[in-house]
Amino acid sequence: MSDKAAHKKPLVEMRDIHISFGGVKAVDGVSIDLYPGEVVGVLGHNGAGKSTLIKVLSGAYTPERGQIIVDGREVKIENARDARDNNIETIYQNLALADNLDAAQNLFLGREIVTRAGFLDDGAMEHKAREVLHRLNPNFKKFNSPVSALSGGQRQSVAIARALLFEARILIMDEPCAALGVQETRMVGDLIDQLKKDGLGILLISHDLHDVFDLSDRLHVMKNGKLVGTVSTRDVTHDDVLGMIILGKMPEHLMHLAGPGATNVPAHVA
Amino acid sequence: MTQLLAKMEIDRRLVGLAVVLLIIWIGFDLASGGRFITPRNMFNLSVQTASVAVMACGMVLIIVTRHIDLSVGSILGVLAMIMGVIQTDILPQFLAYNHPMTWIITLFAGLVIGALIGGIQGVAVGYLGVPAFIVTLGGLLVWRGAAWWVTQGRTVAPLDANFILLGGGINGTIGAMWSWIAAIVAIAAIIYAAIMDRRRRLSFEFPVKPVWAECTNAAVKAGLVLVAVITLNAYYLPSRAAEKILAQRGLPATPENLEISHGIAIPLLIVAVVAIVLTVVAKRTRFGRYVYAIGGNPQAAELAGVNVKRMTVAVFALMGLLCAVSAAISSARLQSAGNDLGTLDELRVIAAVVIGGTSLAGGVGTIYGALIGALVMQSLQSGMALLGVDTSLQSIVIGLVLVLAVFSDKYFHRRYSDPTA
Repeated sequence: MSDKAAHKKPLVEMRDIHISFGGVKAVDGVSIDLYPGEVVGVLGHNGAGKSTLIKVLSGAYTPERGQIIVDGREVKIENARDARDNNIETIYQNLALADNLDAAQNLFLGREIVTRAGFLDDGAMEHKAREVLHRLNPNFKKFNSPVSALSGGQRQSVAIARALLFEARILIMDEPCAALGVQETRMVGDLIDQLKKDGLGILLISHDLHDVFDLSDRLHVMKNGKLVGTVSTRDVTHDDVLGMIILGKMPEHLMHLAGPGATNVPAHVA
Repeated sequence: MTQLLAKMEIDRRLVGLAVVLLIIWIGFDLASGGRFITPRNMFNLSVQTASVAVMACGMVLIIVTRHIDLSVGSILGVLAMIMGVIQTDILPQFLAYNHPMTWIITLFAGLVIGALIGGIQGVAVGYLGVPAFIVTLGGLLVWRGAAWWVTQGRTVAPLDANFILLGGGINGTIGAMWSWIAAIVAIAAIIYAAIMDRRRRLSFEFPVKPVWAECTNAAVKAGLVLVAVITLNAYYLPSRAAEKILAQRGLPATPENLEISHGIAIPLLIVAVVAIVLTVVAKRTRFGRYVYAIGGNPQAAELAGVNVKRMTVAVFALMGLLCAVSAAISSARLQSAGNDLGTLDELRVIAAVVIGGTSLAGGVGTIYGALIGALVMQSLQSGMALLGVDTSLQSIVIGLVLVLAVFSDKYFHRRYSDPTA
């Protein structure tokens, strides 16, 4: 990161978020942050609370306590539309695309370009779709087949392109590499690098360390609804992180960073 | 051949269906000693198919959104009764007999009530969450019962003289000259659409089909329109009816003068208008795009901001509206409205749609496919009737064809569709 980045404010901060379902604390006072041009993994076992935490950001849940700060300004996110208004886009694993529509139709679903007469302007939409998708993935060619005919990685490109068209600055990706092959996973990795360069902040949610370790700059690890800690991937090994996920303990050499709400300014930003 | 079709970007399924239709026609023609492919039979076929074809257009959208409507035959029945009573019992109290406004008011009332009935069923499906199968199965019973209640079972006849033109018949056609005009307009539209589409794609620098493919495509479509109009114009009025018309016009009844063409029947014209409008709606409007998006992935559509519940109501209301159009066509054709009108039509309509390539799983289907499907169904029925096949055997054959059609579609789709192509 350049020196310029040192002065950057976090793109989004979640402070002291609390949610419980029927007496069970799903998220218990967790604070995380995300800087522009940064990829942050949110890791934890199933039930660790990572999905719940992220759904607060995408507008699916409203927290009982806590603040969400976007660009230094506190915001209320009560539904998906609020999230979108704050340039937060979520890419869900299977819910993102209509299989029978082609790439352009999916990209513009819900905000189609229409002609003056009110009819769909498929030409203009395909044109824009080619532009956006070409930037993300120069090999993308199948503009006129339904997305069901696309590979997993190509589908992921379409889903990401869709978020970009919404002018997303904060991208939440739920298990981005689940069910993808080696080649495809690499493709998604390239996509994410591309977005990083464009200054987006990306949150990767996964229960699989290997999916996100190489892609992420930092990792927030959760267990039992609490934040175990936040580490830079350059400071830790896979084993360190596995220890955090399974035992819920910070690695010895990073003990000084431990504790709830320990959102140290990332090494590569500071 | 396969590559040729791919180059021309023609729906392979459509070609298969057209071939099947042609085989059926030629087969019946050979078996009946040349009585099937005649102007007269083709004209009758166009009129007989109209009612089911109109409803099939709406059913495509219903099935594409992953629903089903089993009530269309009964809705047709109740609407035919209501429209019958409006034009024969209610309006004559205010308007003169066969007043030119009678059929307009009647049809308008029918369309509104049809949309309301469909809309109510749509609310039950979309907002109350009752499966469409159940809602419309209930509707099938409710509206058939309601059809009886409108007049306590009495058949309504005779209908308004202008209204019955909607059903075809001797006067219910537009004649030779207007048929030619319609053909010219249609061909001009085909060429214009092809040129505009190509120009648009070129302006965005998208790949385009080779020019020869473009020309062949347009030529085939224009050729079909021409053949259809030539055929329908070659069917002359019966000599007695022609004599009457000539007498009215004060012309001598010479052999040439007696050759008065039927031309395009009004119900066929209605089908054409409905099909074109709905194809534009399906392909070129937000509404249509959302119908297909819901069929492809309801959650994705919902997340994209599509109001799935409201769309469900709209699609069912549209279906009800089209039932009113079909009710007008079929009661006008019989020149009376009986409470059993449209019985079992739901099955004919669904069969036509499914034969036409619409997937019951949703998300996939075309209006023109459904039209050909309806034509296939009606051709089988008319052809067998022409050959004097027992009614019982007719249903057996049609039932088997339906299953075979879906099977072969699945089979060929699996074999020839390369998911990575």
